Amino acid sequence: MNKADVVVIGGGPAGIEAAYNLARDNHKVVLVEKEKEIFGHMQTAYTLFPNFQDASEIRSSLLQKTKHGNITLYNNSEVTQVSRENDFWRVQTINGLDFIAPAVLLASGFKTFDARYKEELGYGIYKGVITSVEFEEMLKVGKIQTANGEKPRRIAFLNCVGSRDEKVGNHYCSRVCCINAVKLSIEAKKQLPEVEAYCFYMDIRMSGQFYEELYRKSQEDFDVNYIRGRISEVAPTIDNRLQVKCEDTLSQTPLKMTVDLLVLMIGIEASEGTARIGEQVGVNGEYNFSKSISLHTADNKTKHQGFFLAGTCKRPLTVPETMADARAAALEIDLYLKSLSQ
Amino acid sequence: MKKQYWTEYESKVADDHYYYERSCIRQSFFTGSEEVFINIVRDLLGKDIADDMNLHTCSGIGYYSGVVPLDTTMTVVARLFALMTEAGYKNFVPSCITSFGLVNEVVDMWHHFPEKLEQIRGYLKEANGKEFDVPENIAHPCDIIYKYRKELKEKMKYSLTNVHTGKPLKVVEHIGCHYAKIFPRQVKGGAEFPQVLVGMIQEWGGEVVDYPERRHCCGFGFSQYMVLANRGYSAANSKKKLESMQPFKPDFILANCPGCTMFMDRWQYTIAETEGITYGENGMGIPVLTYEELAAILLGYNPWDVGLQTHQVQVEPLLDKMGIKYDPKDKYVGKSGAFLGEPEKPTHLKVKAYE
Repeated sequence: MNKADVVVIGGGPAGIEAAYNLARDNHKVVLVEKEKEIFGHMQTAYTLFPNFQDASEIRSSLLQKTKHGNITLYNNSEVTQVSRENDFWRVQTINGLDFIAPAVLLASGFKTFDARYKEELGYGIYKGVITSVEFEEMLKVGKIQTANGEKPRRIAFLNCVGSRDEKVGNHYCSRVCCINAVKLSIEAKKQLPEVEAYCFYMDIRMSGQFYEELYRKSQEDFDVNYIRGRISEVAPTIDNRLQVKCEDTLSQTPLKMTVDLLVLMIGIEASEGTARIGEQVGVNGEYNFSKSISLHTADNKTKHQGFFLAGTCKRPLTVPETMADARAAALEIDLYLKSLSQ
Repeated sequence: MKKQYWTEYESKVADDHYYYERSCIRQSFFTGSEEVFINIVRDLLGKDIADDMNLHTCSGIGYYSGVVPLDTTMTVVARLFALMTEAGYKNFVPSCITSFGLVNEVVDMWHHFPEKLEQIRGYLKEANGKEFDVPENIAHPCDIIYKYRKELKEKMKYSLTNVHTGKPLKVVEHIGCHYAKIFPRQVKGGAEFPQVLVGMIQEWGGEVVDYPERRHCCGFGFSQYMVLANRGYSAANSKKKLESMQPFKPDFILANCPGCTMFMDRWQYTIAETEGITYGENGMGIPVLTYEELAAILLGYNPWDVGLQTHQVQVEPLLDKMGIKYDPKDKYVGKSGAFLGEPEKPTHLKVKAYE
């Protein structure tokens, strides 16, 4: 069993940012990541809303932070067991690592909604139906194309896939998809100025700073069209395009449109690690997200001494919110560790 | 590729001992389908299937049209179950998709509201002294044909191949709403990617046509048709489907619901008469078959014994493509051997001309 001051579970933005801030405060940090690569979902990001910052800059910054002398990073180390032993937490991994520490930070993040549950949208059936993550990867390599390798003439983005949807059991809003669709549609127009872009939405929720401005800019400068209605059905056309159906609820008319790509803005769910570890430790809240003891005053603390939370293991958050939350968690842990030594 | 969730949706179909509930409308629309199904199950598959002459309506069309109250509907269904119980069966097989939807819905309501089941038991007992067991298994006949599609293929004389080109026939499939849309997880493939007819078509050598309005309503829609003022809407929906499938040049349409089969067939005549439009080759329509009719002609039954001459869109061009032999002289001959008379020819919808 190896000793540490803090074990941070999850090598995404929250885990790395918290680990770095703890390391700077002279705590010995073990950072465990289940995947081969760190960065979590940041790995696939192209640019970040609302300022189109290159995601590779964020990755470089995070990578640099993991190199701090007080951080020991373990990749391919999925956590299998978290348990309380006397005044310590014991963390064991699938590859046989075994740590003991007075504090654990859960930063196990989110997973994206599996669009195959929305069968009517044909994801996995029709090659032109892709997820927002897959579209971001296309942007990253500068190759937006249909399954046939052709330039799309028309792209539709569909919001709320797996969010605000009783049928799949997710009543909550994933918060980032609306603005992400705005960003993706602008990026699409930047790479393919001739393409027609349509965003289908239930409500447009532009709650962050500069979001509303970006939404407006997408319409005024990039000719992105917004249609209030959920796509109810996708089917192929004879020339291998996609016919989508919805009701335009503003004009109260049924609408059919033929598109080349349908991008599903998939929502955020608690990751499998978040759900499993939360269950083991007893901090599971609604929808398997982890639950802090007070949303307003102690959002990084749990009902267990020394077990802390950061980032999207709690709820859908944007990248800036995640990073700020991670720094707050590091501060809480620092205070906790100092209180133990007094 | 990760798993597709809809591939997990399955029909639970009993292996044997079926109590067949004939349909009130199917015997009029597709005169040979039910008889052929019983023959296939009993004689070719060697299964036990009860064909009860005491059967009556399930009241489903009245229920889904909003004119028969729920308690009455449940009591009528309970009486059907009583007949099944008296005959010594536990596996209920309703011929009609509407019956299938209705009995599943009723049983599901009883499951969630057991006090309702007891109330209905009381009503039936009071009405005619009958008692009943809730079926152990409810399966549609198309589920049974699907289940044994491989065994049937071994007995088939023909396949879904165009004998002139050697290519698979292109088939549009359409399932009834009451088959998959009430309890999608209880039928093979669910409501969005139903596999029951797809499985038959592919197993028997055909190619399924995926077209834009594949999931659109057939046009029946109960009150769309039942209410006279809405009938234009019913025809318009069928027209939308036919227009959507036409560019794919399907050889025929396969359906498992009496409403779908009826309206996609008969409205082709209506559309042709009112607008002069036809959807098949050379001014012909696109034939519409039930799955029993399809199985029967592939197995080598005489198409006129199966009742294909009672369809609006005539099937000879399809039979010719499949290489199925038939005698035009038998087409309008009844079981007694007497000539029944030839129906009037439509104005626009072409039928095969014989020398």
